[in-house]
Amino acid sequence: MIEVSDLRKSYRVRLGRKTFDVDAVRGATFNVQKGEVLGLLGANGAGKTTTIRMLTTLIRPDGGSAVVADADLATEAAVVRQRIGYVSQGGCTQDNSTAREELILQARMFGISKAEARERATRALETFHLTDYADRRCKTYSGGQRRRVDIAMGLINEPKVLFLDEPTAGLDPAGRIDIQNEVKRLRAEGMTVLITTHYLEEADALCDRVAIVEQGRVVAEGTPDELKNEVAGDVVTLGLNGSTPAAEKIMTGAAYVTKLETTDDGLRLFVESGNRVLPTILHDLDDAGIVPDTIEVHRPSLDDVFLAKAGRSLTAA
Amino acid sequence: MNVVRGTWLVFHRQVHQIVRSPIWIFLSILDPLVYLFLFAPLLRRALDAPTTGAAYDTFVPGLLVLLALFGGMFAGFAMLVELRAGMVERARVTPMSTVALLLGRCLKDVVVLLFQAVIVTVVAMLFGMTVRLGELLLAYLLVGLIALFMSALSNGAALALKTEGILSPLINTLGHPLLMLSGILLPLALAPVWLQNVAQANPFSWTVDGMRALFEGNAGDPVVWQSFLIVGTLTVVSVFWASRQFARAIR
Repeated sequence: MIEVSDLRKSYRVRLGRKTFDVDAVRGATFNVQKGEVLGLLGANGAGKTTTIRMLTTLIRPDGGSAVVADADLATEAAVVRQRIGYVSQGGCTQDNSTAREELILQARMFGISKAEARERATRALETFHLTDYADRRCKTYSGGQRRRVDIAMGLINEPKVLFLDEPTAGLDPAGRIDIQNEVKRLRAEGMTVLITTHYLEEADALCDRVAIVEQGRVVAEGTPDELKNEVAGDVVTLGLNGSTPAAEKIMTGAAYVTKLETTDDGLRLFVESGNRVLPTILHDLDDAGIVPDTIEVHRPSLDDVFLAKAGRSLTAA
Repeated sequence: MNVVRGTWLVFHRQVHQIVRSPIWIFLSILDPLVYLFLFAPLLRRALDAPTTGAAYDTFVPGLLVLLALFGGMFAGFAMLVELRAGMVERARVTPMSTVALLLGRCLKDVVVLLFQAVIVTVVAMLFGMTVRLGELLLAYLLVGLIALFMSALSNGAALALKTEGILSPLINTLGHPLLMLSGILLPLALAPVWLQNVAQANPFSWTVDGMRALFEGNAGDPVVWQSFLIVGTLTVVSVFWASRQFARAIR
């Protein structure tokens, strides 16, 4: 449903007298199958929003190509617009309009007749549990309610593909759960969705497949389970409280550590088998007089995958 | 979706939004009346006009240009609010034409201006100003075009600049000389010759002359068609340019 091939975009940035190009997206390649939810997972500035803006015809790519909902992005932008729904980051409702008015307007902007637009709005309000406050102004809504209106608007033209750009960003926990449930419902209904997020748990819970985006490239792609299996072995997390540098020195030289990362209060070690090397780790630290505050051995999480693939942690950022 | 339907849809929405704000309506009525009641008496002395009505004969055509000039010029601020609310992105991922997205907004400003213009004209006529209906309608058409031109320019500038931090000094820097050198507040006859020559380059000094000719009943005065030509050309160019800004605008 979406085929992206080597999509590129750079921006010219001026800093004082110098101008230089910042490559926001440097050759993104991925596919989204019909009925699939693909998550673009990456830190802020990784190029997720730029990618989505290119695929929704908002900005023109510098290079590469994409087919969105069976229409070519470069030559059939108008057809693409007709067939997609887009929910922008930060939402798009206006304070002084009501949810019903926003939905009707959005439908009308797609050329839908007035009567049909009203009908669709009423149906969308029911589907998204907005009927009770449909005729109140959007500024009186909670963050979650308002974002539900956004998603309902994105679906008003019955699109083949829905783009959700960080739909839960800036929401309180209740609002996030609310929106996550809506995405789960869409997934169950067989909607094709491209969603961006920097929340790992969200990518894990909502997406059929995840593409990890770092510095404008897709560095890994697969189902959450596949990605976790790719990172072989276990992860040992040590809480060290101040003695991190000394411990880092010891662990950097250790043969059983395949990869090492410092965290806020200690170290994260990628090892082949956690339970087997744990005594050795403790022994080696003990020799240097270091006693860890906390020790944790676990299977790789999506965050560990992200660390392994993107070279940095998403939660520590 | 064709341009006319799209324009109507956007226009309808825009008007709907402002009608909801009673304070806004009150202020847009008050603004021209302040000029009429506080500034015109001052001008009457300066012009040595025999009656208030006679002073209005000179001042009202200029005042209408001023209202169109500034009314349109500040349109960009509302555009910035909409841009930040995601309204522009939302519309751009629909089949709406960018010309419609722009024109619907500009026409709202035109209607507001015409609403103000009617109030000003009626009040001024109560105080003895005279104007013929045909010429008055032509005058409305001319100021309507000015409002359209300035609104398109301001919307385009807002979309290109994306920040009030630059938009407001830009409006000040452009607005004040355009106003000073238009002969609206003070007649250019009082200006030294070099300044009068500079004023020749100001399209609004032409339109103010054109408006005054219309209010005097001289629709045949060449400055009238010249005004229409100048403002008409500027309108077409600015609408074209601003629509292109729409086609690229993102938050």
